[in-house]
Amino acid sequence: MNAIRRVFGLVWILLGLAAGYFLVVLQSFTLFEKGGMDNVVPAIIYSFILAPLLTGGMVIFGIYALQNEYQR
Amino acid sequence: MTESNPPLENEGKKLRKIIAASSVGTLIEWYDFYIFGSLSVVIATKFFPADNPTAAFLSTLATFAAGFVVRPFGALFFGRLGDLIGRKYTFMVTLLIMGFSTFAIGLIPGYETIGFFAPVLVLILRLLQGLALGGEYGGAATYVAEHSEPGKRGYRTAWIQTTASLGLFISLLVILATKKSMSAEAFANFGWRIPFLISIVMVGISYFIRKNMDESPVFQKAKDEGKIVANPLKESFGKKLNFKFVLLALFGATMGQGVVWYTGQFYALSFLQKVANIEFEQSNYIIAASLAAGTGFFIFFGWLSDKVGRKVVMLTGMLLAICTYRPIYQAMYETADVSLKTEITGSKTTKTDYMMIPKSVDLKKVIKTQVAYTDGTEMTVEETGLVTLFPGKNPVKAEIKKTIHVGSGGFWYLILLVFIQVLYVTMVYGPIAAFLVEMFPTAIRYTSMSLPYHIGNGIFGGLLPAVATYLASKATAANEVAKLAGEQIPFDKPYLEGLWYPIIIGGVCFVIGLLYVNGKDKEIND
Repeated sequence: MNAIRRVFGLVWILLGLAAGYFLVVLQSFTLFEKGGMDNVVPAIIYSFILAPLLTGGMVIFGIYALQNEYQR
Repeated sequence: MTESNPPLENEGKKLRKIIAASSVGTLIEWYDFYIFGSLSVVIATKFFPADNPTAAFLSTLATFAAGFVVRPFGALFFGRLGDLIGRKYTFMVTLLIMGFSTFAIGLIPGYETIGFFAPVLVLILRLLQGLALGGEYGGAATYVAEHSEPGKRGYRTAWIQTTASLGLFISLLVILATKKSMSAEAFANFGWRIPFLISIVMVGISYFIRKNMDESPVFQKAKDEGKIVANPLKESFGKKLNFKFVLLALFGATMGQGVVWYTGQFYALSFLQKVANIEFEQSNYIIAASLAAGTGFFIFFGWLSDKVGRKVVMLTGMLLAICTYRPIYQAMYETADVSLKTEITGSKTTKTDYMMIPKSVDLKKVIKTQVAYTDGTEMTVEETGLVTLFPGKNPVKAEIKKTIHVGSGGFWYLILLVFIQVLYVTMVYGPIAAFLVEMFPTAIRYTSMSLPYHIGNGIFGGLLPAVATYLASKATAANEVAKLAGEQIPFDKPYLEGLWYPIIIGGVCFVIGLLYVNGKDKEIND
């Protein structure tokens, strides 16, 4: 089970990076370009709140998992 | 024959008093926090430019989100205070800040009176509410948990967990009672302020109850033994030993719990009103009835978590939620879908009214059409337009508002569907206070448990209505573009698209919880 926990660490790192790419590059950039309150509000939420939390948090979590910090 | 045991009875009585005093205060804070959300549509018309109702609604959601986004900062600020000077004094301060902010929102003149200052003041007070709430919950949960005996911590702290749903329930009741007691016009003019203003009385009562309580014995002992850390923030987030558990608490529990909670209690209401077009009063009755029926289950699942473990209860709720959201919301949509109902022949009535517009030569024209269906459902369509002397000068687009009043069968079915979602909420939320408290040592408990809780609930959960509404409206817009272009529509059920947010977040959280959370840990770790 500890080996699975460790291997999944890589999944969390990749998922964190993918979430950041999806939220910032694919969503927020397009929304900022479109402009208008309806687009800018979600773009701000995506790029300045959700993306840093998901990407930063998941990558660190994944690194800890890879380092076997959660083994029992 | 039974023997009475006075010291134990006194302990039990004292514990019940502690739980009651902590829960009442937290309940009032949730009430204060939720009346803003429950009255968001009215607030939008009062504090934001009313030219575009959608923009006004989005602005309110943004303000709502602002209230949630600052919650983690409140958790850090007050959590640190709570770990340094004590649980009791900290959650007294948060109670007073919340009471003052709520009362003050009820006093602010509208946008038409003081212009730009109105939304700015509302935003500032909303931020203060968020800060106060960020400090309150962790304090109350920690305080009760540190008084509880081992083996009953889930049950005892579950009383604190009921306060969030009860706060929402009471906020809906107060709003409905206020609406019932006056005309719609009076409510729109000043009645909406009453739920905000009466909060000051409740906060005053709670303040005097809490004032006479003792400090948490576990914290007091740690303080007496000199085990309080000088910098709880650094200790919690600067040391890998603690920080790895902060991350695990967030990604393996509170993130999923937050989205399940906000889907069941807030998105359900928003969906009923904005997507299914169910009238304001009936949709609130549906939510209130579901909450009333479901709230006792917080205690049940808290108690159950003492027996079978926190992990199994929370993850079961999360899994059930992510697997059944789409069929549940599809059923909610179909219950109000008049295209699936049989119209009663001859029931259609149309009435046209003309109203004077103050300081204008134009007239407001309202065409009201009512249709009845065989299952007792009634649909009202109001088309508001303008009769003007200068039609070419200021062309006005007619506004169409559709409201559905479902028949009694549909009404009870909708209560059942929302109740199922509330049940999931009680499974994931009932044991979470005990789960978080048991994860961290006394010296940094308030700080460490508050942050993941408020990021999970405030940010991942709190942003759910805004993100889900956005995803659904984006899908609807894409369908309209495709229709105009004569292409096949890309989304078969655009109204369900918003659910991908809780399903994906909940799914990731479920896997992390399953793999990494220790299901056997039910002790306070120091």
